[in-house]
Amino acid sequence: MEISRERLLWAYERMRLIREFEDRLHTDFAAGKIPGFVHLYAGEEAVAVGVCAHLGDDDFITSTHRGHGHCIAKGVDLRAMMAEIYGKATGSCKGKGGSMHIADVDRGMLGANGIVGGGPPLACGAGLTARLKGTDQVTACFFGDGASNQGTTFEGLNLAGIWKLPVVFVCENNGYAETTSPRYSVSGQDIAARARGFGMPSIAIDGLDFFAVYEAAGEAIARARRGEGPTFIEAQTYRYYGHFEGDSLKYRDQSEDAHYRALDCLNRFRTTVIEQELLSQAELDAIDAQAREAIEAAARFAAESPLPTAADLLTDVYVSYPAAGLWPFQEVNR
Amino acid sequence: MTTLIEAEVRTLSYREAINEALRIEMRRDPTVILMGEDVTGAPHSDAEAHLDAWGGVLGVTKGLVHEFGRERVRDTPITESGFMGAGVGAAATGLRPVVELMFIGFAGVCLDQIVNQGAKMRYMFGGKARIPLTIRTMIGAGFRAAAQHSDSIYSTFVHFPGIKVVAPATPADAKGLLAAAIRDDDPVIFCEHKVLYDSRGPVPEGEYVIPLGQADIKREGDDVTIVAISRMVLHALQAAEHLAASGINAEVVDLRSLSPLDEATVLASIRKTGRLVVVDEDNPRCSVAGDIATLAATQALEYLNAPVKLVTAPHTPVPFSPALEDLYVPSPERIVAAARSAVGA
Repeated sequence: MEISRERLLWAYERMRLIREFEDRLHTDFAAGKIPGFVHLYAGEEAVAVGVCAHLGDDDFITSTHRGHGHCIAKGVDLRAMMAEIYGKATGSCKGKGGSMHIADVDRGMLGANGIVGGGPPLACGAGLTARLKGTDQVTACFFGDGASNQGTTFEGLNLAGIWKLPVVFVCENNGYAETTSPRYSVSGQDIAARARGFGMPSIAIDGLDFFAVYEAAGEAIARARRGEGPTFIEAQTYRYYGHFEGDSLKYRDQSEDAHYRALDCLNRFRTTVIEQELLSQAELDAIDAQAREAIEAAARFAAESPLPTAADLLTDVYVSYPAAGLWPFQEVNR
Repeated sequence: MTTLIEAEVRTLSYREAINEALRIEMRRDPTVILMGEDVTGAPHSDAEAHLDAWGGVLGVTKGLVHEFGRERVRDTPITESGFMGAGVGAAATGLRPVVELMFIGFAGVCLDQIVNQGAKMRYMFGGKARIPLTIRTMIGAGFRAAAQHSDSIYSTFVHFPGIKVVAPATPADAKGLLAAAIRDDDPVIFCEHKVLYDSRGPVPEGEYVIPLGQADIKREGDDVTIVAISRMVLHALQAAEHLAASGINAEVVDLRSLSPLDEATVLASIRKTGRLVVVDEDNPRCSVAGDIATLAATQALEYLNAPVKLVTAPHTPVPFSPALEDLYVPSPERIVAAARSAVGA
């Protein structure tokens, strides 16, 4: 599949931004700067970027608890993301959502999601909107190998299939649902095969290869735009860090980690584009430096941003609701 | 108090009033769609004879598909999580879906999509999402349908921030509140009592919207306040007639909207009568009835001349046998007894 120089530069920049963003969070979490839980996407960059390379601002994505990569690939503002993860008022969600709920609906990013399998039904709804409004918008639905066992995923596949919705299901099989391998949890062992039972094209690909993802997603998204219905892609990938930060990783071996790091998607991208003389080493190095600066600036912005205040506790629950109803049985009506 | 001049308004059934509200809202806004199980029926068939085979399991959505077509009046598979989540996703991206959850007990199969996705989305996203989703669902015992098809568990949803909950008792309120629910930019659970579908009453023609969050005094009185919800409003009005015969003048407050709750109307009535009976077909623990008692205790205790009386269903599932189900539903007789006790008669 053809890809322009501009798109290649964009893809490498997005992948590098994701890597730098996640590595920075890894460090900042260890330093005690990040409240709560973070689930890092490092290692899986080729999937989010290979898919989102075919999406515009008007297209939609649904995401997962491991959603930073999807956000960055869809173009969500880095500073707002970092501030959100720091729990700051300047965050994407004013500090009310945190890492697991970063969203930017105006950019078609319908939210990271703390519920495994929460996204597929939502993606069908976004697909229904496109269909009823007669647009060619496509929804990419990211989920993991864990969610491939959830009923909501099967219900979403079924709805998208019978209604021919413009949804591309992207299963990021990163080898572990928390500590549990699909070798244990997936009956039949073949996630991609499951989707074929719903009557849609389905393919398993090397998710560590940007170009493989780019090609498969390109075909799937073009098919959806043509109104030919959903496609399923199982992207086989790997997460470098644990399920969440602070994970002891006692469920996998060092040798496995080394095996996958040797297949690193960013390194492979670099090797390919340099060998094929598509981009120069200097261009790639310049992107690396810019990405480091951008993430440093985002982290500085987050650290220096103000915290939410007490007034923020009671806003954004509803579009409209009586104020007294948000803290009932108080003295206000006495 | 809602006053309707009979000469100027037609009589419709509760079912017809809901159908009319759906039709009017779908006409005025092309983004309003309706989906759920068997909302038309026989979606597999193009045969004219099969079109609109059911129009909803109890015929509430009958006829809409003829005007709006199968794209906007959409039959779903029996997969509540899937289509409820699709409703949330469609609402987040620009449609104004009305999703039918056949019976409120089926919320057990799709609670995540309603609560963790739909209700929390706006807050989790820092106010940068609107979820104009209406969930129409049936409540109520009385059909001998047993425990999984007869619940009135609306208090479940009152509990959750981010959702609004309404439960109309009359055809006019059903029409006006459904229009308001559909036009509202937040998720709304619209509870239809299945025993009321054939009840009739005056209903205004054309566009008719009753703002959410406003209780309605269905009967004025000075001696005791009876707060009631949905079908229990009718039982309360029957009880009030009995009480009037023995000189007790009851005020019947129809909550209509359970979230938001019209605290002011309830409190004003309690302050006037000094006595409170709450009638609720829901199970009593963590219930709307309990909320009203809490409201009275925290903000009108000094006005109360007697302990608050709760007339509710028991803390049991809804039984099947007619002999038992009739005991389950709060009866006008139990309301009369509670009111007499409250006034010391």
